[in-house]
Amino acid sequence: MASVYGNDFGARAETSSDEPQSFLDLLAGEGRVEPRDEMPDAYRRTLVRQIAQHAHSEIIGMQPEGNWISRAPSLRRKAILMAKVQDEAGHGLYLYAAAETLGVDRADLLDQLHDGRQKYSSIFNYPTLTWADVGAIGWLVDGAAIVNQVPLCRCSYGPYARAMVRVCKEESFHQRQGFEILHTLSHGTPAQRAMAQDAVDRYWWPSLMMFGPPDDDSPNSAQSMAWGIKRFSNDDLRQRFVDMTVPQAEALGLTLPDPEIRWNEERGHYDFGEVDFTELFEVIKGHGPCNAQRMSHRVRAHEDGAWAREAASAYAQKQAQKQAEKQLVRTEGAA
Amino acid sequence: MTTPPSSSSPPLRSSAEQLGRDPGRPGAGLTAYVLGLADDALVSAQRMGWWISRAPQLEEDVALANIGLDQLGQARTLLAYAGEIEGDGRSEDDLAYLRDEREFRNVWLVERAQTDFGVAMARLLVFSAWQRELYGALASSTDATLAGVAGKAVKEVAYHLDHASHWVVRLGDGTEESHARMQAALDAEWPFVPELFEPVDAALVAEGVAVDPVALRPAVLARIEAVVAEATLAVPQVAPAVGGGRRGLHTEEMGYLLAEMQHLARSHPGATW
Repeated sequence: MASVYGNDFGARAETSSDEPQSFLDLLAGEGRVEPRDEMPDAYRRTLVRQIAQHAHSEIIGMQPEGNWISRAPSLRRKAILMAKVQDEAGHGLYLYAAAETLGVDRADLLDQLHDGRQKYSSIFNYPTLTWADVGAIGWLVDGAAIVNQVPLCRCSYGPYARAMVRVCKEESFHQRQGFEILHTLSHGTPAQRAMAQDAVDRYWWPSLMMFGPPDDDSPNSAQSMAWGIKRFSNDDLRQRFVDMTVPQAEALGLTLPDPEIRWNEERGHYDFGEVDFTELFEVIKGHGPCNAQRMSHRVRAHEDGAWAREAASAYAQKQAQKQAEKQLVRTEGAA
Repeated sequence: MTTPPSSSSPPLRSSAEQLGRDPGRPGAGLTAYVLGLADDALVSAQRMGWWISRAPQLEEDVALANIGLDQLGQARTLLAYAGEIEGDGRSEDDLAYLRDEREFRNVWLVERAQTDFGVAMARLLVFSAWQRELYGALASSTDATLAGVAGKAVKEVAYHLDHASHWVVRLGDGTEESHARMQAALDAEWPFVPELFEPVDAALVAEGVAVDPVALRPAVLARIEAVVAEATLAVPQVAPAVGGGRRGLHTEEMGYLLAEMQHLARSHPGATW
């Protein structure tokens, strides 16, 4: 199935033959499917997986940028970065909540992330080696995410579409802050400029891979399109991203690491070089620079926090019991 | 109960001398006082930032980021003000990134690593209870800037105190394991409480500019002890740590904190970000 933060989670086909008429009517009228509406099981499962993997991407995505909170080079940048990583946690929350409207539980989805049954966007398996990488992630990675996500604001499933409206607003702020970091660096000292160029060199191709495999190699897109979950093909979205980004790179005075980029008057689009997906597939299989690190960080946080979560439930139970006892005394007193 | 802070703790004016600055210079006492408050907030924010992506649950990642951001905001305003009073043209970033360890004036409570959630909540309880009383009183400072900063910050730290109190109660009165861990965390932080109440420049207190930390002690401890009691925990009976942060004497962990925080900024002298 194709998905989101990137479209690069790898495919798992779901198709459906038995679709309720009310559901088909909603889709035909561009209406929104709401949690209590009838929907095919395959549609529900597809959405759960897509929304969950999107949520996982948000929370794993906290790590590469969180990596620079302690080292941000000015207090203003530190504050902005903390707020940005906090936003990503917030996006995770909206998305897990949207998935829960489909009858699943956040704790189960997290278990599936932790034991590898569900994926997250492979882009977060690349390391943030310099401060400029924080800028490149904002500009390119969040930029690509926006291109993927804006159409999701019209997704056929209401709670997901509404969550995306809010997420997209914040992402567009994130993209601007990434651009601004790179703009400051590219207009700074020679060392800062080199740092910016190096980050763009490393993040450009992985960002293009976020749109997923080429269309002729993406067998599940058709069903997602028929269901109104996906609106545009991987290649269309990738082209849209390139068209948007090339002029921005010029404004930054930075070079995109692809000698084949040039305006094609006839197509009305920028041509660009072929993406080497062998790397993406290696990263998806777990051989990226940070796959193991990201997972162990997440699992460790989850396990280290177990005692606190258990304490919170135990305390809540005790309080509920006390409340019930008080209620009982009051009722008996009245009787 | 804790042992009261030693009355021989040197006041802030003499510390400027120790750091090679002219203690007789106008405003030196005020600069030192403001830097103390600023550094407490800055260093605490630096430690809080570690939690973002490591909290026990997603809601807590959001909450701790919020608290860290509030503290960082307080630090920035106070550092900018310290730079202004000092009059050498140092910005908030100059003060945060270009001072060496001996020039930092934060208390020990905030500077040690906190990678256990119980420790983080015990520390936040103590720190926010202290800041709540401090900013509450400082809001009536005769120094208009300090009064303004405190008036805004007191609302923020009231939320921090509320958040920490809820967790300390849940962890203290949760499971057997969490009770033991929360008590251990409180015991570990308790030696660092008395340093908060070390006296500051008496002249500033007399002028109504600074708040006398000694006077805050009963109210701060009352707040903390009420939460500790509700959490079914015991107030630790431990000896105070030596302290010395207000005089620029820190724990060994402080050097690593600054090395990490300052490295990038210092690697590019004169650059803007």
